[in-house]
Amino acid sequence: MKAYTAIEVTQSPTLQQEPTHTPMQMLKIAKYVVYDILRNRFVLAYMIFLLVVSMSFFNLEADPTKGMMSLLNIILIVLPLVGIVFATIHLYNSYEFMELMLAQPLRRSDIFLGQYLGMTVSLCIAFAVGVGMPVILYDGSVRGFTLIGCGLLLTLAFISMAFLATVLSRDKARGIGIALLLWFFCTILYDGIVLMGMFAFSDYPLEKVIIGLAFLNPVDLARIAMLLQLDAAALMGYTGALFQHFFGSALGTSLSFGAMVLWIALPLWFALRIFRKKDI
Amino acid sequence: MLQVQQMDKTFGKLKVLRNINIQFDRGQAVAIIGPNGSGKTTLIKSILGMVVPEQGSILFQGKSISGDASYRHHIGYMPQIGRYPDNMQVGQLFEMLRDLRKDQAKLDEELIEAYQLPAIYHKTMRTLSGGTRQKVSAALAFLFNAPVMILDEPTAGLDPLSAEILKDKVQREKQRNKLFLITSHIMSDLEELATDVMYLVEGRILFFKSLEALQAETGEERLGKAIARIMAQGQQAGS
Repeated sequence: MKAYTAIEVTQSPTLQQEPTHTPMQMLKIAKYVVYDILRNRFVLAYMIFLLVVSMSFFNLEADPTKGMMSLLNIILIVLPLVGIVFATIHLYNSYEFMELMLAQPLRRSDIFLGQYLGMTVSLCIAFAVGVGMPVILYDGSVRGFTLIGCGLLLTLAFISMAFLATVLSRDKARGIGIALLLWFFCTILYDGIVLMGMFAFSDYPLEKVIIGLAFLNPVDLARIAMLLQLDAAALMGYTGALFQHFFGSALGTSLSFGAMVLWIALPLWFALRIFRKKDI
Repeated sequence: MLQVQQMDKTFGKLKVLRNINIQFDRGQAVAIIGPNGSGKTTLIKSILGMVVPEQGSILFQGKSISGDASYRHHIGYMPQIGRYPDNMQVGQLFEMLRDLRKDQAKLDEELIEAYQLPAIYHKTMRTLSGGTRQKVSAALAFLFNAPVMILDEPTAGLDPLSAEILKDKVQREKQRNKLFLITSHIMSDLEELATDVMYLVEGRILFFKSLEALQAETGEERLGKAIARIMAQGQQAGS
């Protein structure tokens, strides 16, 4: 019956107050999240997909500028979609992991930000290999690096939104619904609404308003930054010239970069605030 | 050592816990009993900081636990339904938790040996049966040699031999001046293990007294009978 023996006689437990090593613990959690995502194989498939798409665009087009244009259009649709949907689903599926972590001496913010870090590192590596490598290979200029930078920032922003969508709803189906809606709004609906507004008020000088509206959508910010690099703005008439004037300036560039950072930080901050008080 | 003061918790419109005031000390093994949905698990999760109460506070060694995580160094928790990352192997799970709680110098691997868990270290959590998961949960809870042990339905789903191993373990750890909080619906188990009994009904503490006092008051040796008697009295008083 007695299949075991006491291995060692431990003394009466003592209560020493250990400091919680915050950044270390967050990095450890991020590490385990990356392991978990890698086991999933989706990220590998995503990386190969991006690699195939970028290689074929650069090989099909003799002119790398055209290749970049086509690649840009794909990136602006696919990156937000994969970022927001994959992050949302993964976070819902990590419920057990979070529950286990919450019973340990770990701070909620470390658990949450560790999840975020793990997720962003995984998707950013996939993007860097899938798109970054071919772009540097075929076009190692400033615009190439702008494309890579925009892609990374967009990925971060949409993962932030995914984390917000997840803490807003306990129900997985609803959370994914919110995520898809955010994606649809940012990539398709928003431009449509802006265009309709431009037609409706075409008699008025709207240029400044349009510039302001671009800040309200991370996808538009990335698109404009890229189009300016590709000199495609010259084809867009008066508005294009105005964009060139504003976003091409040092002030415009730093403002749009700042807005991008806000698009990453604000949703994440709200999500963290909610998560801190959430019942698990 | 552990105090709950004037705590209220509601889920939406449902009042799950109302005005909970209680103090637990070292050396106690408290059986938390009550009908399904009486708030046992919610109380445990509040103590663990997983559920955030609207009202009141929870103190660990005199310090409020709200916004603090380090007090959980001193807690070992065995959940009612152990849910773990599906794709993780048993060995990896233990490895990960050891890594995250490195500060604990003395590990207690008795249950890992007793349940022969190293033999299933290569299996993924998804493939484990409910009972085996319970064994993993139990081994994890005791691993860090914590002075406060919270066991939520520990023996449910365990085979008789494994349940005995777990109860023996609790008995031995009790000798070492630890605090145990145990919920269960199996009265005979609680009778063996508990020193005190706390009875929850609809989120209220109906009583909290030592096992001997309860036995003396009701004139019943068996905990199950004693509880049944009290419930019957409650109904008579109500009608």
